[in-house]
Amino acid sequence: MTEPILSVRDLVVEIPTRHGILRPVDQVNYEIAPGEILGVVGESGAGKSMTGNAVIGLLDRPAKISSGEIYLKGQRIDQLPITQMRKLRGKEIGMVFQDPLTSLNPLLRIGEQLTETISAHLDVSNREAEERAILALEEVGIPAARDRIDSYPHEFSGGMRQRVVIALALCAEPSLIIADEPTTALDVSVQAQIIALLKRLCREKGTGVMLVTHDMGVIAEAADRVAVMYAGRLAELGPVREVLGAPRHPYTEGLMGSTPLASQGKERLHQIPGAMPRLGSLPDGCAFHPRCPYTQDRCQAGDTPRLKTCDGRAACWFPVNTAQQGVA
Amino acid sequence: MLAYIIRRVFQSIIVLLVVGLVAFSMFTFVGDPIDNMLGQERTQADIDRLRTQLGLDRPFIVQYWKFLENAVQGNFGISYRQGRPVSAIIAERAPATLELALVSGLFAMILGIGLGVFTAIRKNGIASNLIMTLSLVGVSLPTFLIGILLIYVFSVELDLLPSFGRGETVMIGNWSTGFLTKSGLTALILPAITLGLYQMTLIMRLVRSEMLEVLRQDYIRFARARGLRERAVNFRHALKNTLVPVITVTGLQLGSIIAFAIITETVFQWPGVGLLFINAIQFVDIPVMAAYLMLISVMFVAINLVVDLLYFAIDPRLRIDGRHA
Repeated sequence: MTEPILSVRDLVVEIPTRHGILRPVDQVNYEIAPGEILGVVGESGAGKSMTGNAVIGLLDRPAKISSGEIYLKGQRIDQLPITQMRKLRGKEIGMVFQDPLTSLNPLLRIGEQLTETISAHLDVSNREAEERAILALEEVGIPAARDRIDSYPHEFSGGMRQRVVIALALCAEPSLIIADEPTTALDVSVQAQIIALLKRLCREKGTGVMLVTHDMGVIAEAADRVAVMYAGRLAELGPVREVLGAPRHPYTEGLMGSTPLASQGKERLHQIPGAMPRLGSLPDGCAFHPRCPYTQDRCQAGDTPRLKTCDGRAACWFPVNTAQQGVA
Repeated sequence: MLAYIIRRVFQSIIVLLVVGLVAFSMFTFVGDPIDNMLGQERTQADIDRLRTQLGLDRPFIVQYWKFLENAVQGNFGISYRQGRPVSAIIAERAPATLELALVSGLFAMILGIGLGVFTAIRKNGIASNLIMTLSLVGVSLPTFLIGILLIYVFSVELDLLPSFGRGETVMIGNWSTGFLTKSGLTALILPAITLGLYQMTLIMRLVRSEMLEVLRQDYIRFARARGLRERAVNFRHALKNTLVPVITVTGLQLGSIIAFAIITETVFQWPGVGLLFINAIQFVDIPVMAAYLMLISVMFVAINLVVDLLYFAIDPRLRIDGRHA
């Protein structure tokens, strides 16, 4: 296997509060290969976005990386000084945010925002930066890019704006893109276009993508591998076909069961009982055990199950859908 | 855009008509001017003659119209006290006030925006906490006290700066300026600080809170995520977005700098329009008071109009709405 673009090892993010230390990201491990799309799913507050922010070094204080390592193309980046980290942002790691309506500065023309990004990272003349800006817009499928470069963000529709945002994230040709819920704020038909665009760019340029979302449909459509997060911990990590087809962690199974399918419209949708515990009051053992239908004594006390200490795919002492049990 | 301007100008005219009505009614309600103008030895014939001569026997509406007609032509009548045309007196005094207002306005704006940005970026620094605490002093101390304190420290104790007057002035056409002489410039310093300090702290606190708000926005995060330099993020992206509300308040504050120069001018015996107005009140010199009122309202209305037009220059989103409005 080629060297991974991104390698995250035992990453822990902590937030010190008056009531103790919270761990929104707790011992997370994953790798992203060139040209690969890793989907990261989970409920709100599961630590998906926090993981992405930690990688690009944009954690809001007081949150900070307390242990673990992040490697970008073999180089360790979690301890880089601010100025060097800034040079990596945009240049090596591009980021796409959830809401295209608020990601663009409303007072600057999109051309200005593109060229300032290009000039910040590449040693090019203004003229060349503008040419590159036009190319970047064409690449993400903005028609008549040359005429639209002087437009302001409010003159674009939501889907077009998200294309501009992607062009901005891509214009310095980074090797990794962190897409934080890039389609959540868009309507369904536009979602599909944006996903297709991300997939195409990823394939053509060999860019690795970390696709953070809570939408299983988006994962199924776009991702090569998927990481399921729960309460800041990895619940399951594996190829998308296997994880979605035969989830081993009861939480993944629950998530899959809660996904509406057009084919079974009449049944009442399954839901996982209870809610994700607050970070300040995580239960002992497996964080999912109060909601888990298969919970046993070992889950409720003692060690927290981790991928490493379990079967390497699901952080569960008693995984479901394994060969021994037979596929349910 | 043009329709918008025309509409705004129309609104401004209505405002001015109302203010004119207030200014004019002073003549009617604050005693009979004839009493003031004729001495003790007046006869009823004298009174009637003067009343007819001044047009005071005509209906209210006609008098009001006459007043407006004159006001538009810059004719506010004759000062009761000085016996000279009010417009000439004001023209003579205006440069002093305008120069003072200009300097203190610049002082308030430059320092206010600069310190506001600084305290927003270094949110928790010692320096910004110190500035924020001191700014409370600026907001809460009354102007006359600041002026007297400054005079005490810099004129009385240190003997560095003059405590009153404009210093030497040079006439350029009809405009007397204090900018060209050393004594004129040093005389400007204390009054300008006194007049601008409150506005400065106000602008600073406003810029700071707006800036903190903007720094939380997604596009600032995104700008950081694109690897832009802190300076570009703070000034190119954040500061510009804070300007719209800041301009509104700053504009109005500049208006009040001119209007409320009265106190500062009194403390420093600055020979400007404010001092003229104070003296006019003492002597019930109604033409001067009316003219001052009209002048200030014209200024406020004009500043408001300019502020509204500045929005369009800064925020492209408004240009579209403007077409429909």
